Amino acid sequence: MNRMYEDYYRMDRMPTIWCPGCGNGIVLNGFIEAFKNSGLDRKNTVIVSGIGCSSRSALYLDFDTIHTTHGRAISFATGIKQSRPELNVVVLTGDGDCSAIGGNHLIHAARRNIDLTVVCYNNSTYGMTNGQYSPTTPTGSITATSMYGFMESPFDLCKLVEAAGATYVARTTTFHAKMIPMMIKNALLKKGFSFVDCIAQCPTYFGRKNKMSTPADMMKWIRDSSVNKKTAETMSESELAGKFVIGEFVNKEKPELTAEYTKLVERLKLKEKEGAAYAKV
Amino acid sequence: MKMVKNKFMQGNAACVEGAISAGLKFYAGYPITPSTEIAELCAEKLPKIGGRFIQMEDEIASMGAVIGASFAGVMSMTATSGPGFSLKQENLGYASFVEAPCVVVNVMRSGPSTGLPTSPAQSDVMQAKWGTHGDHPIIVLCPDSVKSMYELTIRAFELSEEFRVPVILAADEVIAHMREAIEIRDDLKPVQRRYTTKKPGEFKPYDDSEGLVPPMAKFGDGYRFNTTGLMHDTEGFPTSDPVKSQKLQDRLRDKIEKNLEKIVSVKTYNMDDAEVAVFAYGSTARSAMAAIVEARSNGVKAGLIVPETLWPFPEKIISMYAEKVKAFVVAEMNMGQMVYEVERCMHGKAKLLTVFQANGELIKPELILNRIKEAVK
Amino acid sequence: MAETLHKRKAKAINIYRKACKACGICIAFCPSKSLGTDELGYPVVANLDTCTACNLCVDRCPDLAIEIIKETDNKPEKKGDEDGKK
Repeated sequence: MNRMYEDYYRMDRMPTIWCPGCGNGIVLNGFIEAFKNSGLDRKNTVIVSGIGCSSRSALYLDFDTIHTTHGRAISFATGIKQSRPELNVVVLTGDGDCSAIGGNHLIHAARRNIDLTVVCYNNSTYGMTNGQYSPTTPTGSITATSMYGFMESPFDLCKLVEAAGATYVARTTTFHAKMIPMMIKNALLKKGFSFVDCIAQCPTYFGRKNKMSTPADMMKWIRDSSVNKKTAETMSESELAGKFVIGEFVNKEKPELTAEYTKLVERLKLKEKEGAAYAKV
Repeated sequence: MKMVKNKFMQGNAACVEGAISAGLKFYAGYPITPSTEIAELCAEKLPKIGGRFIQMEDEIASMGAVIGASFAGVMSMTATSGPGFSLKQENLGYASFVEAPCVVVNVMRSGPSTGLPTSPAQSDVMQAKWGTHGDHPIIVLCPDSVKSMYELTIRAFELSEEFRVPVILAADEVIAHMREAIEIRDDLKPVQRRYTTKKPGEFKPYDDSEGLVPPMAKFGDGYRFNTTGLMHDTEGFPTSDPVKSQKLQDRLRDKIEKNLEKIVSVKTYNMDDAEVAVFAYGSTARSAMAAIVEARSNGVKAGLIVPETLWPFPEKIISMYAEKVKAFVVAEMNMGQMVYEVERCMHGKAKLLTVFQANGELIKPELILNRIKEAVK
Repeated sequence: MAETLHKRKAKAINIYRKACKACGICIAFCPSKSLGTDELGYPVVANLDTCTACNLCVDRCPDLAIEIIKETDNKPEKKGDEDGKK
């Protein structure tokens, strides 16, 4: 991606508030390249975001955008999509936003298989509030609220949404930047709940607190922690601990909620017409 | 020719009839006694008229979905009761701050907490105004019959669109579940939203140059506008500029406070020569009606003030009558909430007696009658 | 005509200083070490000839601050002035 995608940005709002080297910008650029390659109509596309560093993305995108409340972006998006199914609805969210406070909406939107494209900027920390641990923080990590080492174990967001019913699930990282547009494009074009987990670096908090002092250092850590899906299938659970498995995990067809609902509305309209015709006889 | 159908109908059903005639096309909700009939009827009726329904995973999500649909240009509503209304507060505040027109029905049941789910109460009326954090505009209507449930639902959509504010319909469980005959009119035209006439690029979502209520744009029309719950400037983008912040707060207050004559509505009975004014709303107004009729037959000049708008509170009418009557009797199915507003507006000009009851029972007319008699002793 | 190895791939590497936050990612990961750094940590073109126009620096730049103009591109040399954000 380079400057030719500028007209998808609100350039007057740039540069972003993100810290130098923050991975969010890489994911955002990947989204724009994906959107351009998808051929979707920008006029018909709404971008919904929650609260957190990730969710500031909506403000930089020259689309219909709505910056909602923490964790609730997916529920706003569900309302937009179900009330106006002809709109493309994208959710740009973070690991805390969509899987901590917003976890309930994430799994239900996946269960319903409503046609949303959810891009998760997964930097496994709450950057906006100075680096607390999140549901995807690797065990043992030092964070603002786990200065003795994070003792819980993280979600695998891809497995979570797959189990909930999503029909397109993939993960990549900011190091593997070229994969981001490919996966998000597939997610955009999929008629169903699509989720792309983008592992990104938060150099300012997660990086510094875990001995990765520069953005590049943290990206190297991401690179070294990434395992391709095929290789991962040959590895034991303990070998996979703390690793990010990248690749496409789910890509299937399933009835999509808003399309099924539209069929119902058509059927009822037909029945009513028949009823009226019958009444006239 | 206005065709009128007389129907014997439940309050919740009348609410859905009113909403549909006002133009409701999207409902998102979550089951909760005593409002679930509203969800069920919307699930049945909306797809028949090209509308759409969704049952969400909780009340927070329901409120979020309604706001999303509102900005997508679809007339939206949700209904709940106390526990769900508490969960909706953050998103309700968001809807108020970004000026998303929508209707939220709160069928009040005996609280707090799980309380008496199938019993009436009026103990969410302060929460309706102050439940969410921060100063914010809100309109709260309160029906006292199946007929007024129908009419005030229509009014809720009119007010929410005209002032771009969430309107809360605070009905109590009895009003929602009782059945009464009402006239369903079919000459009603759906409420229209005021959309901008500006072209994309010129449009500013919170531009106040055209008055206190900015015309809207909707998703999918190429305006590429932004909406945010952060403090925002007239272009809809975040700002921390103190001057712009206060300007927005003032406009949000003024769009309601400077239109009280359009918003506030109060019903009064026998107040012309009243010596005692009873202040009651919702189901309690019906008990109060029986009480003032009984009082009149005992030679006591009692009148009744029934606010249809709880918020903005009808200050002027209370202050006016406080100058005329000897006493006010405030009756509420709670431990005393609207009484503080009444007292504030009476400026000590008359005695104030109260009938509070929060046991899940309707207030019996004789309790109010006793207070009226006490007031004129 | 297959592109021979020694033939230059990138006509220009444009760095937009105003947009750049000197995060160092492009410099650290340039496979052909074509980018160097100035005293403030900002990227500078160290060797245009070695650049293979693989675009990795562009893909990994969080801030739209770097642009590769390929030999084959007929795009204008650069958008906006040297220091212009554009």
